[in-house]
Amino acid sequence: MKKILAMALVLCMMFAMCATASAADAKIKVGMVTDVGGVNDKSFNQLAWEGLQALDPDAFEVNYLESKTDADYQTNINTFIDEEYDLIITVGYMLADATREAAMDNPDQKFAIVDDSSCADLENVACLMFAQEECSYLVGLVAGSVTKSNTVGYVQGMVSDPMNLFGIGYITGVLEACPEATILQYNANNFGDIAGGNTAAKDMITKGADVIYHAAGGTGNGVMNACDEAGIYGIGVDKDQRVELGLECIITSAMKRVDVACQDISKAVKDDAFKGGVHLYNLANDGVGIAPTTDVVSAETLEKVEAAKKAIIAGEKTIPTSAADCPAFTLNG
Amino acid sequence: MTNFVNSLGIILFATLVYATPLLYGALGSCFSEVSGVVNIGIEGMMTAGAFTGTVVAYFTGNPWIGFLCGGLAGAFFGMLHAVATVNLGADQTIAGTAINMLGPGIVIMLAKVLFDSTDTIPLTASQKIPKLFAGVFDTSTVFGRFMDNVFANYVSTYLVFIAVVIVWFVFYKTRFGLRLRACGEHPQACETLGINVIAMRFACVCISGFLAGLGGACVTMTISTQFRPISIVGQGFIAIAAVIFGKFRPQGALIGCLLFGFCSGLKVVLGGSSGVNMHLISMIPYVVTVIVLVLFVGKSRVPAANGKPYIKAK
Repeated sequence: MKKILAMALVLCMMFAMCATASAADAKIKVGMVTDVGGVNDKSFNQLAWEGLQALDPDAFEVNYLESKTDADYQTNINTFIDEEYDLIITVGYMLADATREAAMDNPDQKFAIVDDSSCADLENVACLMFAQEECSYLVGLVAGSVTKSNTVGYVQGMVSDPMNLFGIGYITGVLEACPEATILQYNANNFGDIAGGNTAAKDMITKGADVIYHAAGGTGNGVMNACDEAGIYGIGVDKDQRVELGLECIITSAMKRVDVACQDISKAVKDDAFKGGVHLYNLANDGVGIAPTTDVVSAETLEKVEAAKKAIIAGEKTIPTSAADCPAFTLNG
Repeated sequence: MTNFVNSLGIILFATLVYATPLLYGALGSCFSEVSGVVNIGIEGMMTAGAFTGTVVAYFTGNPWIGFLCGGLAGAFFGMLHAVATVNLGADQTIAGTAINMLGPGIVIMLAKVLFDSTDTIPLTASQKIPKLFAGVFDTSTVFGRFMDNVFANYVSTYLVFIAVVIVWFVFYKTRFGLRLRACGEHPQACETLGINVIAMRFACVCISGFLAGLGGACVTMTISTQFRPISIVGQGFIAIAAVIFGKFRPQGALIGCLLFGFCSGLKVVLGGSSGVNMHLISMIPYVVTVIVLVLFVGKSRVPAANGKPYIKAK
């Protein structure tokens, strides 16, 4: 009796496996591995996932695995490899090493990594890079135009080459709109220290800042709240944070369309047009941009921003991308 | 001089911002540890309070009901800990660890059910815990700015200092406090004198959870306007460390929390204005705490029966 039952169960399992395999056959399977920020980080992980969810469900099967610690990256990637996903998207430069290793071990597996270009030499890895200095430059122009005290603030979550682009772009923009501006800068060295962000903003407000921009994830939440309470302006990052955080003080945000990039690369896999190497998302292909502004930003400033945007797209204007070309950027790691 | 006064104001501001939630957690920890129950679940209880506080404030529109419910949510998890450790005699460290996993797990699940996201919807200004003395000081003068930075603070911050005094009074000036401390030192002796050790410890662990819950709620309802999984990251453990630092006394824990807050403020002020490597500056709060602990505090005396389950008839 036991044997018959066991046989029956085995048969059931085999059928179940065949069933799932045939159903998924037609669809492109896209798996996403988050960094430790998790899928609801109000930043690039969340954006990437929103992008994947917006894909046509008849053509794509999407799934994600959250990494709780650095040790999970490899395991999560391997899980998707074992389940034969067509494309594995790893979110964030923190996954660069794990992605590189997996890509070299599995040369036929397609990967895409957000915010990292160190794997650009591998044919099976698409590096989704964003010109964050361009959108930061635009919000810098806004900040430089609305400041009355000629003092603006900037809080960054961590010092690294990709993160520094935010600061370099912003400072370039501020100084262009307001050459005599003092720019207070702070590296929180942490993406999750709300109290630290709050204090840093308070420090800047005490020193006279009346606009503060942040590129600091959760730490930025504390920054924006301090701005709101003190009645000064704040500028958000990644998504339209005025909507996201519901704070009236946020006059605009520098947006990074990770969602668009993830959709693009998934569609490329479907159309058999996947290419490794760096894929740059910038103002020209709407990969980065500036969120709608509130009416404290004058029409004149908006014209200036629009003109700068056109000049960048046309290639008439380039924004520095290294700290060496922007001496006013003083954060160090 | 102006710079100095400004910086001092910011450091004191940061001291209060950092210390407030730690202090609620530390007072909670005191109650539990002194009565003889190790409670490393403070972190989980704070997370529960942080979530419940914002959600209730969001739905009712009243920050005070939210704040109170945050405490009650913490007390609920305190009760779970009490049932496991006091009534059933489970290992207190393991039960506390379970609370630390259960708390964040349940609230994230609830957040997904309620808001389809792990974050709650941001509170509006009127749903946040209000500030006392906001706009009272003239911020155009250096002195006024200093006063504004230091004293224009959330009501929850003022409340926690009152709470320290109350807890001190309860511990050392009331009969309840004497019994509570006795339960942590020699429960068998208490029982022979007719004190119900089980009931005392049960109550203390629940109070511990309540205070920790308030601590969590005051993070998400003041300097942040929403609960996010990163809202409570280690504050509960620092609170426990502050209690050990303060030799299991509320007044000692107060000094521990203020010291940690002060160093965190120093970190921000130094980090914003000097060229020193930020990784070094970020170490300040932890390094200073260790140094002070080794040099000045000396050995902490743990309540004799702390961590030992009390089994009645023996």
